[in-house]
This record gives sequence, C-alpha cells and structure tokens, in this order.
Amino acid sequence: MKKWNLVIDVALCENCNNCALATKDEHIGNDFPGYAAPQPRHGHHWIEIKRRIRGSDPMVDVAYLPTTCNHCDAAPCIVAARDETIRKRSDGIVIIDPLKAKGRRDLVHSCPYGAIWWNEELQLPQKWIFEVHLLDQGWRQPRGVQACPTGAMRSFHLDDEAMQAMALREGLETLHPEWRTKPRVYYRNLHRYAKCFIGGSVTVVREGVPDCLAGAKAVLRAGDKPIAEAATDVFGDFKFDALAADGTSYLVEVSHPEFGAAQQAVELRDQSIYLGEIRLGGNRELFLGGMK
Amino acid sequence: MVFKDLPTALRFMSPNPDQGEIVLAAKTFRVVVEGDDALGVWFMQLMNMIASANLECGTAMQDGTRRYTTVANGGPLYVFVKGGRIVRTTPIDLEPSDAPSWTIRAHGRHFTPQRRATVSPHALALKSMVYSDKRLLHPMKRVDFDPNGERNPQNRGISGYVRITWDEALDIVAGEIKRQKAVHGPGAMAIYQSSHHQWGNVGYYLSAMQRFGNLVGFTRVHPNPDSWEGWYWGAQHHYGNSMRVGLPGGYGLVEDCLKECEMIVFWSSDPETTSGVYGGGEGTQRRLWAKELGIEFVHIDPHLNPTAQLLGGRWIPIRPGTDPALAAAIMYVWCTEESYDKEYVASRSTGFEQWRDYLLGVSDGVAKTPEWQEAETGVPPRVVRALARSWAGKKTYLSAGGPGFGVGGACRGASGAQWARSMILMMAMQGWGKPGINFGNLQGFTPLDYSFYFPGYADGGISGELQWTASAVNNYVRMPHVLTMNPVKQMIPRQRFPEAIIEGKCEGYLWDGTSVESQFAPFRYPMPGFSPVHMLYRYGGSSFGTIANSGRFIEAYRHPSLEFVVNQSIWFEGEAQFADVILPACTSLERWDIGEWANCGGYVFDAQGQLNHRMILMQHKCIEPLGESKSDYQIFLEILQRLGLGALYSEGCGELDWCRRQFDSSDLPRAISWKKFLKKGYYVVPPLPEGERHSPYMRWFAEDRNKDAPEPLPMPSQYAEKFGKGLQTPSGKLEFVSNTIARNDPDNPERPPLNRYIPSWEGLANKELVARYPLQMVSTHPRFSFHTYGDGKDSIINDIADHRVRVDGHDYWVMRLNPADAAARGIGQDDVIRVFNDRGAILCAADIVPTLRVGIVKTYESSAEFDLLKTDKGFVDRGGCANLLTNSRPQVAGTDASAPNACLVQIERWQGRAAERVGAHVHA
Repeated sequence: MKKWNLVIDVALCENCNNCALATKDEHIGNDFPGYAAPQPRHGHHWIEIKRRIRGSDPMVDVAYLPTTCNHCDAAPCIVAARDETIRKRSDGIVIIDPLKAKGRRDLVHSCPYGAIWWNEELQLPQKWIFEVHLLDQGWRQPRGVQACPTGAMRSFHLDDEAMQAMALREGLETLHPEWRTKPRVYYRNLHRYAKCFIGGSVTVVREGVPDCLAGAKAVLRAGDKPIAEAATDVFGDFKFDALAADGTSYLVEVSHPEFGAAQQAVELRDQSIYLGEIRLGGNRELFLGGMK
Repeated sequence: MVFKDLPTALRFMSPNPDQGEIVLAAKTFRVVVEGDDALGVWFMQLMNMIASANLECGTAMQDGTRRYTTVANGGPLYVFVKGGRIVRTTPIDLEPSDAPSWTIRAHGRHFTPQRRATVSPHALALKSMVYSDKRLLHPMKRVDFDPNGERNPQNRGISGYVRITWDEALDIVAGEIKRQKAVHGPGAMAIYQSSHHQWGNVGYYLSAMQRFGNLVGFTRVHPNPDSWEGWYWGAQHHYGNSMRVGLPGGYGLVEDCLKECEMIVFWSSDPETTSGVYGGGEGTQRRLWAKELGIEFVHIDPHLNPTAQLLGGRWIPIRPGTDPALAAAIMYVWCTEESYDKEYVASRSTGFEQWRDYLLGVSDGVAKTPEWQEAETGVPPRVVRALARSWAGKKTYLSAGGPGFGVGGACRGASGAQWARSMILMMAMQGWGKPGINFGNLQGFTPLDYSFYFPGYADGGISGELQWTASAVNNYVRMPHVLTMNPVKQMIPRQRFPEAIIEGKCEGYLWDGTSVESQFAPFRYPMPGFSPVHMLYRYGGSSFGTIANSGRFIEAYRHPSLEFVVNQSIWFEGEAQFADVILPACTSLERWDIGEWANCGGYVFDAQGQLNHRMILMQHKCIEPLGESKSDYQIFLEILQRLGLGALYSEGCGELDWCRRQFDSSDLPRAISWKKFLKKGYYVVPPLPEGERHSPYMRWFAEDRNKDAPEPLPMPSQYAEKFGKGLQTPSGKLEFVSNTIARNDPDNPERPPLNRYIPSWEGLANKELVARYPLQMVSTHPRFSFHTYGDGKDSIINDIADHRVRVDGHDYWVMRLNPADAAARGIGQDDVIRVFNDRGAILCAADIVPTLRVGIVKTYESSAEFDLLKTDKGFVDRGGCANLLTNSRPQVAGTDASAPNACLVQIERWQGRAAERVGAHVHA
C-alpha cells in the first residue's frame, strides 16, 4: 500500500515561503467539501517556517524549518477526537472532517506540534491536508512541493517499508520522535536547526602583522575522545557542527606544525559558540581576541 | 469609415489584412474615420472580432476549471478559473513536448535545469492581490474637490472620497486636459508613472500609457536609473556599456563559471532576495550546483543576507558606504604582493601607474593598507589580506549587486559610484574575461537562443514612441503601427518632482544610454516655451515607499499650483489618497496582454539570460474586471474618445488585437500558430545547440579579438579604433583613470577622474549627526514584494514574518537590528518601534538578529502602505515607508544618483499615542 510522505531538506530551505503561499493560494476562498473548508484570509500558517540563527558575527548561520501537519500514524489529534471527526486515510493522510469538527476548539490543543489552527469565523480546527484533494484528482504532488524552487520540499508516494529504508539510508529524522506520534514528515540536515556548532578563527603574527592561518588542525575532544577534526580555511576558520546542546564539556585543540598549538575548554549549553580569534605562536597560550 | 478607393477598402475587409497597408492608408489619409469616435472604434473592434471571437483560450481541466496562463514580475503562472472566479495560480511545469533544456558539462558532470518555471513569492500572491479589499472598484472624487469651484488642494491626503460614475470621472479628466492646454499651454500636464506596475507588452506604461501621453502632450517625469545608480554615474566611465546603464553583460558566463571558477565573491549581492531581477528562483539551482562543485563563497555585506544564509561561506560584515575603502585595500595588497595580472593590465588598460600610486600613497601620502581601511569598514586587516590573497590565487567571479553584474545594494549609497567604479578596476587588475574570471553569480547568462525575436517591455509595445523606448530598434519596423510623438520637450527629473512643484524650478541630469557622455548635460525645469506643471496624471502610487525623502511629496501634492491630480490605480494605496479623481484600473488577469518572462528589452538587454528556459506567454483575460474597474488601455481610450482621438489611439484595435499584432511582429509565427498559442498559452524557445553557444563575455577583449557578444553596443561611432574592436572608452581600453570624467567633469571633488575613497556624507564620519542618529540604516530592494508590487493591498505576502509582523491587528514593516542595539533601547522581539531622524518617522516591528553588526539596521525600501498618524510624538507613518527617512541629496554633485543607503536614524520603543489617522477614507 503506497502512502504519502514529505521530506524536507533544512539545508535547502531559504525561507522563500513559496510553499506557505501556495497553500494559502489553494485554500483561501476555496471550499473543498470533505477535505477542508476555506482558510481565513490572514493569520493561519498551515505551513509555518521557523527560523534558527546560530553563532555570532562573523560566524553566523541561519536555518529555516518548514513545519506543518505531520500526518502522524499515531496521531494525538485522532485520539483526542474520539470519534470520526478526524480520520486517517489509507494513503496516510490525516483529515479533519470540516463538518463534524465544527466547534471542536479542543482539537487545536491536541496537536503537540501546534499544527492545528482555529478558524474563528467557521468555528473549525484546520490544518494542512497535503493538498490531497488534488492528489485524488491525479495531481502528482502537493502545492508546496510544486512551488519549491530549490527542491527543499519533496513528496514521496511509497509503501512504508520503502520509506523507512529511505529514511535509514539518507539519515532522515522526524520532529520529536520521543513523542511516538510516528510523523510522515521527515527532515534532512535537521542539525542545522536543532543542533549547535563550535567554531573559531585561527591567526598568527607574521612579519609583525596578524594574519589568518590556513591549514591549521583543529580537534574537538569530549573527555579523552577526539570527536571531530577540521582544517582551517583561508580565513583561518574552523567549525564543528551537529553538536548537541546538552551541557557537554569539550576541549578545542588547535595546532600547526610551524606555529604551535592552543586549546580552549568549551561547555556547550544552549547555543552555538564562536570562539573568536585564536592566535597561535609565541608562548603557545590561547589568546582569545575580540569578536572580530 | 471613408475609403479613398475600392482597393483600399477591400484590403481592410480581407480576413487577414496586411497591417503595413492599413497603417500606410491611415497615415496617407486614404482611410479616415468620421463621425462619433467611440462608434468608429466600436465598429473596427467588432470587425477584428471576426478573426478572434471563436478561438479557444486556455485548457479545460477535469475538475471543471479552465487553465489560463499569465506572466508577472515574479514569473509565469497557470491561472485556474471556475465560474468567473480565480481558483488557484501555480508555477508551470514544462511538458515533454516543450523545447528541450540545455546541458552544461563541467568537472565530469552534466548540469541540466529542472523543467519548471520557478517563481518569486509575490507571484504566488497574485490571486490575493486581485481579490483584495484595497481594490478600487469605482471611480471616485475627493469630497471637497469641485472642478468648477473650490478645489481645496490643501486637503489632498486628508479628505475622503465619494463614488462617481465613469462618465463623470472621464469628463472631468478630459475636461481638465483640454482646459490645461487652453489656459496654460503645452506641458501643463505631467504624467508620472510607477515603474513596475503589471507585466505585459500592451498594458505596460511604456506602451499604452506612453501612447496616450504622446497623443495629448505631457511633461515627462524623467526617471533616474535608481537601481543602477553607481554603475551609470560611475562604473561606465572606466569601460563603457552605457547602453546597459553601465552594467556588464553575461553571455556564456553560466558555462564559464561552472567550468572554470574557483571562488565567487558576493559583494553587496543578494540574488536570493532580488531573484536577479524578474528571475523567479531560476538562478538558485545553478548556485547550488556551484556549492556541490566546491566553488568557495565569500559575502561582503553589512547583513548576512538570504544568499549568504543559503549558500554559506565567509561572511565579511562591513559598515555601509565604506566598501570602496575595502576595495582599495584589497588592490593595495595585490600591488604590494604583485599578485595582479600584470600582462593584462599592461596590454588591456590605461592609467594604472597613477592608480597604483594612489593605492600605495605615493600621490597623497596615505597608503591604502588593510590597516588603513579598518577604521572605515570595521573589517580586520588579516581578513582583508586573506581575501586579497585568496582572490588573486583563484579564478574568481565577482558578484557585484543582485544579479552579479550590477544593480542594487552598495551602488545606491553615498559612495555608490565609487564602489561600482572599484568593482570594474578590481576586475581590470585580475584579467576580466579570462577563463573563470568575470562578473556574476550564475544568475546569467544561460546558453539560450537570444536571436529569437520577441519584444521586451521596454521595446515600446503599442506606443509608437521612438525616443524614450527601444521601439525604433525592431518593434516599430516589425509591427507596423502609427508613430506617436510627444511635442512637449520639457522634463522634470523624478527625484526632484517635489521641488519642481513647490519651488517651481529644478535641475536634473539625463538617464540616457546612448552615450557615456549624455549624463553630463543638465536639463532644467521649467523649459522656455512650455508651461509649468499644473496638472498631474499619476499612474500608480509608489513614491512614498520608493523615492528618497518622500515626505516632500506631501507638500508638493498640497501645493496650490497643482490644480488637478488624477490617479489611475488598481489599489487604494500610497499616493492614490492624494488625488482629486481616482480612476480604478484592473489587474493584468482581468485584461488581455502578451509578454515574455523577464524580457525587459533595452533596460537590461537579454535579461532572459537569467532563465533556464525562454518562455513567451499569452496573458489571458482570465476573469472580467472586478467592480467597475477597467483596463488601463480602456481608460486611456475612453479619455481620448472625448478628445476625438480614440481611433488614432486604438487603430481600431482592442487589447487582444494588439496582442495578435505583437505576436505577428515576433518570431513566434514561425514556431507556433496564433490559435495554438492562445489555447496553450506559452511557447518555450529552444536553447542554442551546444556547438553554437556564445563565447564568455569579455573573452574577446581579454584576447584582443573582435567583439563577439550578440549585443548592439557600443554604437558604431563609439569604437575608438575599428568597429568591433575594444571598449566604448576614449582609449578603447579599461581606464584606471577615467578619460570621460577628465574631459567633461574634471574638477568635481565628489567624482574625480581618479576614483579616490571619499567617506559618506551621511555616515559615521558625520559626528554631529551620529550623536543624534547613531544607527546606519540600509534599505535594500525587498525580497517578498517587487518594490510596492505584492506588499500591502491585503496581500497574503503580509503574512510572511520576514516581511510584515502583525501587532495588535496591524501589519508592521520589519526593521532588523542587532541584539546589543535592541537591548540598549529596551526593545524586544516584534516590539513596535519608532525609527526616525530629522526627515521623518515610521513605525516598524523589531526583528532582533545577530546577522547584523552593532550600529547597523536593515529593512527594505518600498512599503506600498502610507498610513500617516498624528501622534503625541508628531507625525509617524504606520505603513513603514523607510524612504521617508532617506536623504534626497544626489550621491555626487552633477548627477541624479539617488543614495537611500546613506541614512542615519535613531530607534526607540514605540510608546506614543495616535491621536488620529490622517489618511483619506473612502466614503462610498
């Protein structure tokens, strides 16, 4: 049995909002009986793009996370509805019945992902339906996928085994798997949003002036174990990414065969850390410069 | 209709008349239209319907919708319509039967673009813009405006409106046109248009509006090249390309970049925000290919902009307006380390010794070292050295401005001309045109067939205007139509329009691409022989959002010398509320038009080079005009019918007939029938075969060959030596010291022939001003709207958190600021803030981001909403028109170069109280 899945590559989402706008274009002012009542003109974000900015000047990066109804296989909203108000289609799509759900404001809070929106005028809980009203007519993909210029959002019509194999093969993740909701929306490069980095800029004084040091070795250690290794680029920059912000204590070691070594202990608590300038040479002690 | 003889009449009556014969007969008075003008036009349009009425438009879909096509500023779309209502709009996926896509082979890989026309966000908001509660659905008159009595100009922008009939509205407008001519004489009416209205060759301002204006005579409000400024007023003096407004071209560069380039330096360049220009998401895929290939990226920008966010690479934050200092320091390193292309400089340029002496400090005692520039730019010297060395050591593309070859950003600040000049000089030092060394960021040009003729929007459309459009190049010859001409030679420079009205005089400098030199001659308003302006025909209403120090327009609009203001607009926004009479126009989805995606003709020649596929589209009339709104063409026609000019204006054609004439004038009939084009809605022009692709731009120059780029510039007379050899400069070479400036403006301290670094006149050097207004505001081209197109008007774009933020029921324009600047002012995320200086005050929503340096704030220009509030803190605009704060001083004396990015402001958390809303209301 083939079912629908969505795969979003966080590294390819640039916040153009085409997916969100295409969904609005489809649903604002349009009634699709059996699927969805019209979306209000403003205020609903059936696809909502969240932003995470990491680091500090100049080592800053920004990730965007399109979020929406996960069409969970163990959907808390279906449990909360208790009756046929919300149903799971055989193709995996979750539909809130636009007639039966009238007045059921309680269902908005049943979704731990916050993907259900309250339509005040129609007194209806609403959310993204995967544009399954179009798929049922033979369209090959939902509106947001068709409008995405970078291929960040893709839909797959696969049986569950094939989808699981793909998720395993490509390292796809779901949001909050610990909630055991079994989402059908998967993410690639989720670390860009959910994890942290430690980075710095290695410099050296040559002929009396500071210079960026390319080709220095940077090693990240947790306890005794080296976790990652990187070489500095032409700007002397290095970056260790996909680290959990769980309070782990790290040691950053920087070394160069000609200019010596330096190290710095870092505790990664809740956000990414840019160590700033790390100067090699001379007394081999770590020098932490300004945030330049 | 009276025909001179039977053969003439028969030629008119044939099913497929020869348009050339018809136009000739009209010009030679072998046919004349007598009697009621409107009836004559009606009859001729009826005759034309015989040929078009039974043709099928669009495709019937399974679900009962009909699928039409259109093209917008943001790209082409399918438009699904059911029961007279637009159901949805979607990007167009190409069909297998459409022309194949090109393939570029590089580094052992094959790169072929996706077979989809990608669009910008504002394209997907089109339906919401059509069905907007800001739509003007009826003609209206200001309540206290009486054309035969008190006109009360002092109440413009304050008083409300009442609904009137079309006949009343058009009678007033036509009556005023006649009265102005009779009382004041030619030139008394000015026409002033907004630039990016709706797409389409027939309805465009350079087409239907220009034809209308020429037939009644008008004072031209002459635009400055406001997106190109530094390139036009600066860069072209070192290498030419005046016909590209000072920008480099891009033929062959997508292939060259993918094959050869090792690093791309984005300098004030954010193609993901501006889509190049009109380019949808087309360039993005190619830049992601570059990332896959390991091409390195550097981003020099005060803001970690969306392009830098997507692509990654080294961000080099820089203080606004100091870019030329960084450029000089990089070139200093190249000089001292001898890492520039000496052979190229020696053989392909002039004046280098003088330039090197400036860099090294020989001539002025100040060496332009990386340490020297730090105090200006805030960029650490080591980073400058690392960048300079990496650049010199790698084959590098310089992406300057949004499309990579100019436009936007740093060219629109006090040092904009200096910066654009620096960009040319840097490329001259690194061998511009050699493999992998060029301008660009893969936004263009792709290997398309540019020889397939279809006119762009600046090619004149139906205007018959030969001077101010590119019609004379091809369109006028290929689409026989009656030439029109504006007998009024008087012009007002757009940036000085308020002064022209308030002070009664002003001076400007020409935007004229025919030569490098044409910009040196000032023109003055008023011009002897013509009347000062007493009537304004305003087409659109974007000035508050888009023109520097735009608060000046309020006084201009209320000036007693301005006896009549008519505004033709789709939405009640911006300046529409300052009109005496409002004429409601419809969107392009409610009328016929035809156009090619991203083809703007002469403005950016072959701009389709940004696209993966050339697409020419029928812009179907998808639905009937809403309310009583009419197409621009129809409004102009009905005014002209009151002056007996309807037949001359229309040549007996409706808009669909003009579309057919544009179609017939192009190469389309060789490729697709009119019938099939109307039904399917688009045609994809096949790309060039692999063996026939264009050589990379400037390769001919680097190799000292005859020019082989397919562009008609320089003009034959402008080559220094033989036709086709060298550049447009007096020397025919790249000039480190500009000869055209030395000849024509040698003693201008703000634009010397040698491009010295001169700090911004509204930057951190301005201590007294900084003490009061310590923040530098950058207001770039917007991302989610196309200038005012897409913003406001109850569009769904307003729901994008990066565009506007809803606070207490109002959608506030977004201002980005650094966490330290926010904390120092007690400002929290999404707080409403007042941004102000001596020129004005606006309300915005704060977005607190570390993607900006301390002391720098960033927003977009071009809010469509102007919503003036009278408060206990004075007047504030709740719409968010950042240009109320910007300086209208030209970048450098002797030019009309605008400089909105040189702007100091202060910000505070908004705690004021609004006493009343000043803006006009609609009563009916």
